[in-house]
This record gives sequence, structure tokens and C-alpha cells, in this order.
Amino acid sequence: MTAAMLEIGDLHVSYGRVEALRGVSLSLQARQIVSVIGPNGAGKTTLLAAAMGLLPSTGTLRFEGEDLRGLDVEARVERGLCLVPEKRELFGDLSVQDNLQLGAYAKRRHGDAMKRHLRSVYELFPRLAERRAQLASTLSGGERQMLALGRALMSAPRLLMLDEPSLGLAPLIVREILAIVRALRDDGVSILLVEQNARVALESSDHGYVLETGEIALSGESSALADDPRVQATYLGGGTDD
Amino acid sequence: MNERGAKRRLVIAGTVVALLALAPLALGSFAVGLLDDIGIGALVALGLVLLTGVGGATSFGQAAFVGIAAYASAWLTTVHGASPWLGLPFALLLTGIAAWLIGTLTLRLDGHFLPLSTIAWGLSIPLLFGNVDALGQHTGISNIPPLHVGPWSLVTPQAVYYLIWPIVGLACWFSHNLLQSRPGRAIRGLRGGTTLLASVGADAYRVRLSLFVTAALLAGVAGWLYAHANRFVSPSPFDLRSSIDYLLMAVAGGLGQLSGALVGAALVLVVKNALQDVLPLLSARGGQLEGVAFAALFILLLQHARGGLMGFVSRWSRERIGRQPPARPVVLPLPLPRRSLPATGTPLLTVAGAVKRFGGLVAVNDVSFDVRAGEIVGLIGPNGAGKSTMFNLVTGTLPMSAGRVQFLGHDISNAPQQRIARLGMARTFQHVKLRPNMSLLDNVALGAHSRTSCGLLAAGLRLNRTEERQIFDAAWTQLERIGLADRAHEFAGSLPLGTQRILEIARALASDPVLLVLDEPAAGLRRQEKQALVELLRRLRADGMTILIVEHDMAFVMKLVDRLVVMNFGAKLVEGDPASVRADVRVQSAYLGVSA
Amino acid sequence: MNWDVALILSVDGLANGAVYLLAGLGLVLVFSVTRVVFVPFGDVAAFAALSLAAFESGRTPPTIGLVLTLALLAVVAELWQLARRREFARMPRAVLAWGLLPALPCLAAWAVAGRTLPAVVPIIASIALVVPIAPLIARLALQPIADSSVLVLLIASLALHFLLSGLGLLFFGPEGFRTTPLVSGALTLPGGFPVSAQVLLMIASAIVLSGLFYLLFERTLHGKALRATAINRVGARLVGIRPARTAALAYGGASLLAGLIGVLVAPVTTMYYDSGFIIGLKAFVAAIIGGLSSYPLTAVGALAVGLVESFASFWSGALKDVIVFGMLIPVLLLRSLLVARVEDEGEEIDE
Repeated sequence: MTAAMLEIGDLHVSYGRVEALRGVSLSLQARQIVSVIGPNGAGKTTLLAAAMGLLPSTGTLRFEGEDLRGLDVEARVERGLCLVPEKRELFGDLSVQDNLQLGAYAKRRHGDAMKRHLRSVYELFPRLAERRAQLASTLSGGERQMLALGRALMSAPRLLMLDEPSLGLAPLIVREILAIVRALRDDGVSILLVEQNARVALESSDHGYVLETGEIALSGESSALADDPRVQATYLGGGTDD
Repeated sequence: MNERGAKRRLVIAGTVVALLALAPLALGSFAVGLLDDIGIGALVALGLVLLTGVGGATSFGQAAFVGIAAYASAWLTTVHGASPWLGLPFALLLTGIAAWLIGTLTLRLDGHFLPLSTIAWGLSIPLLFGNVDALGQHTGISNIPPLHVGPWSLVTPQAVYYLIWPIVGLACWFSHNLLQSRPGRAIRGLRGGTTLLASVGADAYRVRLSLFVTAALLAGVAGWLYAHANRFVSPSPFDLRSSIDYLLMAVAGGLGQLSGALVGAALVLVVKNALQDVLPLLSARGGQLEGVAFAALFILLLQHARGGLMGFVSRWSRERIGRQPPARPVVLPLPLPRRSLPATGTPLLTVAGAVKRFGGLVAVNDVSFDVRAGEIVGLIGPNGAGKSTMFNLVTGTLPMSAGRVQFLGHDISNAPQQRIARLGMARTFQHVKLRPNMSLLDNVALGAHSRTSCGLLAAGLRLNRTEERQIFDAAWTQLERIGLADRAHEFAGSLPLGTQRILEIARALASDPVLLVLDEPAAGLRRQEKQALVELLRRLRADGMTILIVEHDMAFVMKLVDRLVVMNFGAKLVEGDPASVRADVRVQSAYLGVSA
Repeated sequence: MNWDVALILSVDGLANGAVYLLAGLGLVLVFSVTRVVFVPFGDVAAFAALSLAAFESGRTPPTIGLVLTLALLAVVAELWQLARRREFARMPRAVLAWGLLPALPCLAAWAVAGRTLPAVVPIIASIALVVPIAPLIARLALQPIADSSVLVLLIASLALHFLLSGLGLLFFGPEGFRTTPLVSGALTLPGGFPVSAQVLLMIASAIVLSGLFYLLFERTLHGKALRATAINRVGARLVGIRPARTAALAYGGASLLAGLIGVLVAPVTTMYYDSGFIIGLKAFVAAIIGGLSSYPLTAVGALAVGLVESFASFWSGALKDVIVFGMLIPVLLLRSLLVARVEDEGEEIDE
């Protein structure tokens, strides 16, 4: 069996004296969408930040078999790991096109690829094409999410990590984005999806983990998790927000 | 503040005062002279702790104010032979006017423009001193007469000491009183932003201006003391370099507490002296190294200990002193006057044809609705519908492009936020704007800002005791109403998001509003927190409060409101009671994917 | 004031304006990449001037000692930081970048000192010698607090200026120097009015360099990457831009400009170890007019500052600096009115 795309083992992350992640383990295979669900404050964003290298952590972190320890954030980006953070972190004062082009910065030596990627991103998100000269700060919430995703795609990542892609978005747009995510998976990109909206996350993923107060409480195939009575009661039952 | 903590502080303060009173008897002239300099520096640093530490406005020009006062008094007493005591009011007058002028011009600048502007006059004013003939140009003014008390001349360091340090003590007492008062809470709210202060009826610009002048006047007192203690003034002690030294004192001591000014002044001047003694021993060029060593120390301080010395101490002592449960004062003062609520059903808020354009984009397109007394109205719509913009139009955060809004019979279409708040509309924020380093009680008390009118001077002199009791009584009432009275002295920053939302509602209630306007109060809350919020809002309605909620969480509002106004694409889609709105086909398609 | 006087003052103002433009470009470059208002800029310029003076009098420039000391400190700091993050693999590269690279111009300068060579060699050596200074002091003083607010960085930058100026006194001593003009001759304008070639050189360099800057920053990917680092540091890292590297590039560019200014100004004014500060401050006014972000506006600002200074000095020699710095306030007010208000809660200094 080939090495997992991403392997996280016994990951611990602390903020001062508070332990945000306590021995989290998960793995992601190639061409898979894995989702991590859980309530606010469970540590989902911390998990992605640690995997990307934005936060210090202890434990195993391997990407395509290679140890990520000792590689800084930028080196991980060059290897094909990509994060679309919860706050999007766009370059507000630069145009949509500039933002996208900078997305390819890590792979800038690969010549003509930039133009090709730009064209395919514009095909995927026609609204971005319409607004290519506009400043990123003038876009609406949904458009910003598209831009953040588009920018991530410009570096042709092999593993894409999405932090709360549905946050603040109308249900219509959320469906569009998740359809794109599934298409990416079919194209060969592996995806790690972190979400508060459990239904949406489990519907779109192959495998799921439930993260609660820094620990993995449950894991399994997404369809099985969606049917699990515990998951239904806490995350999917009456009282969910629509 | 709890009992043990207050007692501890009193003991510490008492010890410090006793030591300071006895110091000149035990120390030699040189040390006393150094203590005199420390006292003068502490006054300027105190102003900086207030201005920068509390108020969040950095000044690189405080030394210029010291200079204005010093030169003013020097000029008056040497050229015109006036008594040095007269020099004080004259110096303070000139300094105050200069600060007011400069403040009026520059305090509306935001971001990093404000500190940059302080560099401008921090540089220009000392240059002026050095280039005006009447002020002695670069040689300055000498032979300034000393102060007299009866037959005694305050010439020796010891004599001047007993003038300087009581003044420092007075300044500390004044500043302490100021911070624990109504204007002080407004000052402490400055860092929360202009909108926060506007929402409680305060004008951030005016608050900042009065703070700026206060800090300048403190520097002015220091300048007057400097002139008559050293009996010689020249431009160089008042240049940019000195301003940065004062800033260093405040930062090194700790911008977070008043004691930081004293500790910082002592730290900086003692180290400076030590360096001047030690460095020449190490190398022939040692004397020139002092500036380098100092700058290097400042940089290290910024890198590793930005909270200053007192920052460490307070963090340590905060962990050590336990927290006793707070007690509400038993003796009840006369309560603050309350607004009379209009009869149920009368229109409180009427929006007629509101339009908001951002360039070519129409965010709100001819929306009309009203809110009547005693009901809870929900303004809902999917993301991008324009509800937040509509909310901002109603609260005065954004100006309207067209249309009218009436509140309690007043036209508030383009009224400033403060005015709308003072008319009786209280609001909360989607991104909670609490002051994390203020207690729950203080945060709520800030909400009562518009109900009283005590000014800076009266507050500093503690003439506002009755009013303070009244304000806190009102704050306690609101805290009890939301069920947080047992945590009144905790810092607001330690609360989870749901509780912070509820605390913000208490702050809004403290202003005795007629209409409560809530901005997405359920966003990011867990299930139990949402439930608690619903119960609170129902209780408020039972008490006669009128509430307008802007939300995009349908399930949350359905259980709560009497009426719903639905917006989509900037226009009003439908209006009515929850059941009929939910059944409406247009609403369902707007929210596509909602399971009814 | 008649036409002739006005003309002389104008040319004088243009010449000064050219210097302020170059300095302003450096300040905007550093700010737009790192959000630091780089106050020590002028000190670096003064060091270049003093190095050139040292070459001309046959001495070894003391700058060599300064740069090597800074390089040593920087290498130690970098290795320490890498060791704490356990990124041992990057250590050799760090030593090369922070230790060897700055040592190269020092070596070249040492080789050049005391020899008779064509005039352009010591000029290039002087500029090359100061290029490492800004990146090195920024690495030592500013990089550890790189995520702080603009305000904290400004305070640190001011402290850094006093540090550098103190070091300047230590290494160069208190004497002032003037170097021989780079170019000789003069151009005669219509009306029989001579303009020295030196002044023309200053103006020409300013024009060429600002054009280059504009192109670099607005049109190339690397230029945008540099700007992106200042706009959103985390975002830049997430697309693979190393903020430390872009910062070093920006500081290096600023040093280069400072060096150029130093050698351009040295033949015209007597330079002391602290002469740079005043130049930097006036350039700062120009940069503020440009909003610390726009190169063309900075050029306009520099011109304005140069002309105002020139005419103000005619009116009152003593108060001309007061007037120039006083200009800052109306400029800031205007700027503040033009820029959309952003409710920025910012970072508290003491947290």
C-alpha cells in the first residue's frame, strides 16, 4: 500500500498552558476528501494551521511519506501542500488577477503554467473573470471565498486544506464550491476539509473525523458517520442552522 | 476591586509614600537631585501612560510641551520679573492652548498618521525655541529665579524635592480618580474604537482631545518644575530625543498601569546615570557609547518585554491574588432618572424608502418598515441581502443615500451615531466590542455614559461620588438581569463568546434605551448559548423592551419574534408573522436548500 | 524677489528635491514591503558619504568594521533562531547569506583602500559597502517584532536611528567631510544662468530611478510579491513568499538608494556622522505626501519639499526646517481626508 498522502500522528499543539490539540491522529489517502467536523473551539483551525506549519507542534507530520518537520511554511507550499484559511488572507489592495498570479508564486519557475492555470481558474469561477481588475477588498463574501480557492489552485496543489469553506456564505454558493471541490478530487487533488456545518461536510466527503475539545472522538466513512446516532444528535439533529 | 487586593495596594502605596517622604534625610545631594529628575520625568511619563497606555494614542512630542511650559515660565520670570508661582498658571495656559490647537488639527487622524504627526511638532517646536531671539536662541535662558515659600528659597535639591514629589502624588491621585470615573471609562473605551464610544453616546474625538490636553498639562507642570529647579532652559532637553526618552520611561515601566510611570522614570534615569559612570571606564570612547547602549536597551525592551516592568508585576500579582465573590453595595443611592416607555403599539422606528448606494452598487433599495413599541421584530435575509447595511443606516453608522428614518418622532436620517444613541436606541455589535481588560461591571457601566455628565476635572478631584454610586447601581441591576452578577469583577476578555454577547446586551440596557437593536446576536453561538439568549430576549420583551434583531439564522428568529421583515438583494421581499413568512414560497427559494 | 532669484532658488529646490525623491523612494520601498518607517535611512546615506571621503584621503573606511560587527551579530541571531526551530538544514545557507555576503563588499573595500584607482571605483565601493547595513540592522532589531503594529515598528525604528547615529559617532568621529565632485562642468540655461553638472546628475538619477521603481513594483511578479508581504504577511507565506527574504531585499534596495544619495550629496555639502537624519526627515515628508505607497506622488512631494525648503530658506534661514516639518501636519490632514476611514483596533503596544 502506498504511503498516505497526509499522515498526522499524535499531534499536540499548545497555546501557552492551554493544550488545543491532544494527540490527534488522522490520515488522508490520495484522491480522497476527508472532513473534520466539530463545534466551535474544538481545534479544527489549529489542526490545519499546525499541518501547514503556521503553529509549532509535536507529533508526526508526513506528506507523501516525507517528514514535514524542519520545513517552513513556504517550503511546504513548494511541496504541494496548500491551505485556504478561515480568514481567507487575501491581498486586499491588489487586484483579483494579481492575487491569482501571486498564488502561483511558489511555482513561478515553471514557465507557461501560470497562464494555463489562470485560464482554468477563470473558467471555474466566471465571476472572478468578470472582476479581474477589481481590488480584492471590494469583493463580496462569496466572491472572496472563490478568490481564495482560486488562488490556492494556481499553485497546482496536491493536497488542499480548506478551513470552513462554507462560513458566511449563502447556501447556494456553498453548493457551488463543494461541487468544485468534488471535481478537484476527481482530477487528482486530495482534500482535507474542516467544517462547522456537519451536514454539508459529510455529504461532500469520503471519510470523516469528529474533533471535540482537541481530541478525535469518532472517525469513519462519511456516510456511516452521518447515520451515527451520536453525530445526528449533536450535529445534525433538530436545531441545526439553515 | 476586591477587598484583599485593595488593602494590599493601600499598604504598598503607604510604604512607598513613607519611603519617599524620608528619602532626602537619608540620601546625599546627588541622589536627591536624581530623585528630583525622576519626579519630573514621572509627571511626563504619567501623561504618556494615560494618553498612550490607556487612550491608545502615541505621542513623540511630549518633550515639546515640557519645553513650552518651561520657556513660558522662564520668560515670564526673567524678562518680566513676575513671581515664579505666577509662572505656573501662565505656563499651563500656554501649554493648554498649544495642546488644544495641535489636538484639534491632528486628533482626527487615524491609524499611524497620528503618531507621525506628533513627530512633526515634536521636531518643529524645539527648533523654534532654538531660533527665536527672545528665547535666547541656542544658549537659552539662564538665571531663572527659584521658587519661594515664605522666607525660604527652594534652591537645594532637598527643598525642591518636597515640592516635586507631593505634586507627583497629587497627579497620581488625580489620574487614578479619573480612570475610575465616567470620563475615565470613556477614555478606557477609546481603544475599542470610535463606533463603540458612539454607541454609548460619547464622541471619541472629544474624549481623545481632552485626554491629549490633560497629558500635555501634566507635561506642562513638569516643565514649570524643570525651569525653576534647574534655573536654566535651553532647546536641547525638549527635542525629539527627549520625547523618545519619556516614551521609553512609560514603556519600560509599563504602559498598563499608572505606577509604570514612576517605575519607568526611575529605571531609565538610574540606568542612564549608571551607564554614564560605567561606560567611560570600559573604553576611551565610552562616553559616546551611552546613546548606543540606551537605544539598544530600548529595542530589546520592545522585543521581549513590551509590557514593561509593571506589566510583569501585575501579571504575577493577578495570578497570586485570589478572587473573592463580589458584593453589591447594600446602601442604595437615589436611582438615575429613567425614560418613560411609550405605549405598546406606538411606532418607535419608521423607515421610509431607505436607499443606500455604494458607487454603482445599490445595497439597499427602497426599503420601508416600522417597529412598534413592545414587539420583537426580526430583519432577516440571506447573506448579501443588505440587512447589515440597513442596520448601519438605522443606527447612523452609515449615511443614507435617500429616504427617511424616524425614531420617536425625531428625524434621524443622517444623524450622527451619538445622537441616535442618546435618543434611546441602544445597539450591539456583530463582532463584540467589549473592553477585554475592563471588568464586567465597568463594561456595563460604560453603557450608562450618556445618562450622566461628570467632566474630567470633577472626576479627577473625586467630586463625583454620588453619581458614580448611581451609575454602578444601574450597572449592577443590568448584570443581575442577565445573570452575571456573580462574576462582576472578572475581566470581560475571559468570557466565552456567547456570554460576551449577553454582556454587550447588558451594556446596551445600561443606557436605559427605548429600542434595542441587535446585530446578528446568534452568530457563532453554540446551541445552549442560543437558547439562553432566546430566554433573555423574551424576558426583556416581558419587561416592556422593544427589540429589532438582524439575523440570518432563520431557526433562531422563528422562535422569538412577533414579526419578520425579509430582505433579499437589497429590497424588502416580504413582511409578516413568522408562520406565514416561513410558508412563503419566495422566502424558501431565496434561502434555497432550507428544510422548513 | 525677482525672476533671477526665483530661478536660482528653483534650481536649488529641484536639486534638493531630487535627493529627497531618491530617499523617499527608499522609504516607500521599505514601508510598502515591511510596514516600517525606516528612520535610519539618512544615517546609511551619511555613512556612504563618509566612506567615500575616507577613500579619497587614502584611509580605510571605518564602515568595514561597522558592517563586519553587524554581520557577526546577525549570523549569531539567525543561527540561534534556526536552532530553536530545529531547522538545522538551513544553517549553512544562513551563514552564507548573513555572514559571507556582507563580508564581500568589505573585502573589496579593503582591497581598494589606499590605492590610486579611477574615481568611479571608490564610489562603487562606498555604495556597495553600505548596502548590507539596512538588512543587517533590520534583521537584528526589527525582524523579531515584524508582526507588530506600524506604531511599535516606528518606535523601534526611531530607537534604531539613535543607535546607528551613535555607532556612526563611534566609528567615524565627529569631523565633517566633503568629497570631490563626481562630474565637473556646467550647463548654461537660456538667460545666462549656469547649472552645475552635479545638480543635473542628481536630477537625472532621480528621474531614471523613480521610473524604474514604478515599473518594478507595478508590473513584475516579484514587485507584487514584495508588496503582498506588507499587505498580508500570512497570506504571503501561504503562497510561498518568504517575508524575511522579501524584507531583506527591500532593505537592501533602500541601502542601495541611501548609498547613492550619500555619494551624490557628499561633494555638495559637508557631511557629518549625523547629517543624514535631516535628509531622511525631509524625505519622509515627501513620502507622506505620497501616502507611503505611491511612487509618483512621492516624486511630486519631494519636489514640493525641495522647493518649499529653498524658498523658505530665502525668507528665513533659521526657520526653514520648522516650516518644512510644519508642512507635515496639513499634509497628514489632507491624506487623512482622502483615505477611506478604516476602523482599525490595532495592536496595543504593551501586549
